[in-house]
Amino acid sequence: MLYAILCYNTENTVFSWSQEHEQKVMDDLRAVQDRHLTAGKLGPVARLMPTTAATTLRKGDTPLVLDGPFAETREQLLGFYIFDAAGLEEALDFARELGAVNPGGAYEIRPLHLFHPGTLAAPATAS
Amino acid sequence: MSDLAWINAAITSARPQAVGALLRYFRNLDTAEEAFQDACLRALKNWPANGPPRDPAAWLIMVGRNAGIDGTRKRKREEALPDEDRISDTDDVETPLAERLDNADYRDDILRLLFVCCHPDLPDTQQIALALRIVSGLSVAQIARLFLVGDAAMEQRITRAKARIAAHGAQFATPTAIERAERLAAVATMLYLVFTEGYSAANAAEGQARAPLCDEAIRLTRLLLALFPSEPEIMGLLALMLLQHSRSAARFDAAGALILLDDQDRTRWDRRAIAEGLALIDKAIRHRRPGAYQVQAAIAALHARAATPADTDWQQIALLYATLERLQPSPIVTLNRAVAVSKVDGPAAALDLIAPLAGPLDNYFYFHGLKGMLQRDLGRDGDARQSFNRAIALAKSPAEAAHIRMHLDKLAS
Repeated sequence: MLYAILCYNTENTVFSWSQEHEQKVMDDLRAVQDRHLTAGKLGPVARLMPTTAATTLRKGDTPLVLDGPFAETREQLLGFYIFDAAGLEEALDFARELGAVNPGGAYEIRPLHLFHPGTLAAPATAS
Repeated sequence: MSDLAWINAAITSARPQAVGALLRYFRNLDTAEEAFQDACLRALKNWPANGPPRDPAAWLIMVGRNAGIDGTRKRKREEALPDEDRISDTDDVETPLAERLDNADYRDDILRLLFVCCHPDLPDTQQIALALRIVSGLSVAQIARLFLVGDAAMEQRITRAKARIAAHGAQFATPTAIERAERLAAVATMLYLVFTEGYSAANAAEGQARAPLCDEAIRLTRLLLALFPSEPEIMGLLALMLLQHSRSAARFDAAGALILLDDQDRTRWDRRAIAEGLALIDKAIRHRRPGAYQVQAAIAALHARAATPADTDWQQIALLYATLERLQPSPIVTLNRAVAVSKVDGPAAALDLIAPLAGPLDNYFYFHGLKGMLQRDLGRDGDARQSFNRAIALAKSPAEAAHIRMHLDKLAS
């Protein structure tokens, strides 16, 4: 079984960390990840930019682009994509394409600070 | 993180919202600050024992309100404070209440708190000092260190600034859309002042001492953008700060002297800050409401995107400076445009552009420095020597003077 592990914390606090504290946390995390990378068990690892960099596409007949993170509590996180785009417009175009064939809900578009592709080869159980 | 470090971080990030709400409630800055201090003392006692509250800001607002009311009563009747636990051990009850009280208003609370620091009668340095004291909660001694002045002088400066805003009084009615936009613009200017105060250090030691000003300006601008997520100028302001700040590790040499943009080691630029700045510009551009911060951020982004100085897109930078000149005309902007024009159209065109600036910028170091370099490029060495000498006379730091002297020495004698 594949598991996604989603990271939550108070961004005010995390983005106020000193550079030393930040470096230490990232090094410690990397050390934990490394063991599982070697074992071929860890897939992509990503760190998102703060929610102030987020844009939300509310799906619908005319999709609505909103600044800021997805704020509704009635809908739940159901999946995610990692997409390589030249900029926000291209990312939004991809999200609009997806939305056209799968209406309802919203896409929150968050640029990444960090991305490691990982070492996981898709196992049969995932498909 | 230890308990104390966690509590400090939670209090710092809750402070603008909590003091802003208490200011609305008590309508008096001193009472609001005292009430917040009281709430923090109670938090230090209560949180390690009972665990952190779900919403620290709401907790501090509620406890601060009670403490402020008690303080007022106490002063009136010399009545003992109620039992500590009765006030602060009721998180489950007070959180929803505080949320109901404040969620609708806290955006305007924080804006009001920032806005009282921007009073037009206050000189820039007092606005900055006041914001650091009231909004960020730095101690007078910390602020004095950032401004490289004594504690007593800073204490006096802040007391005087507070007396001035108290005489005017803050506006407590919910602002109209136009008032809100005006407040946002004033607050943005003040936050950029805080940033440039930290960024304009002349040497490495000063830069290090003042770096917290840049960090704090970025933190508060991030907060402002979270509250007003659709304001392209606030996106632009945050992007501008991040892009400028991304160069901080490359701005000083081993001896502590300032390194010019062209000579900086670009591998030492903070890629993460640059990426975030670029993402914010992308968001801002979609609104098609250009503003001075967005344009300045776009210029900084073109520098950030160039792997070497030779890769810089000067054509685009010249166009952006022309836009900035229209939005915010100033001789300094024209001077900056001239730098870009010299790279695109050559020194003669740039020299024509700065000729009308000779009056307004006659006492400006960079004007004579640039003029000298353009004259040198045109082979007018005699004129160049005169301009360089004038620049050296106007230099504000040994590094600036040394830089021009280097150009002067290279001129054929």
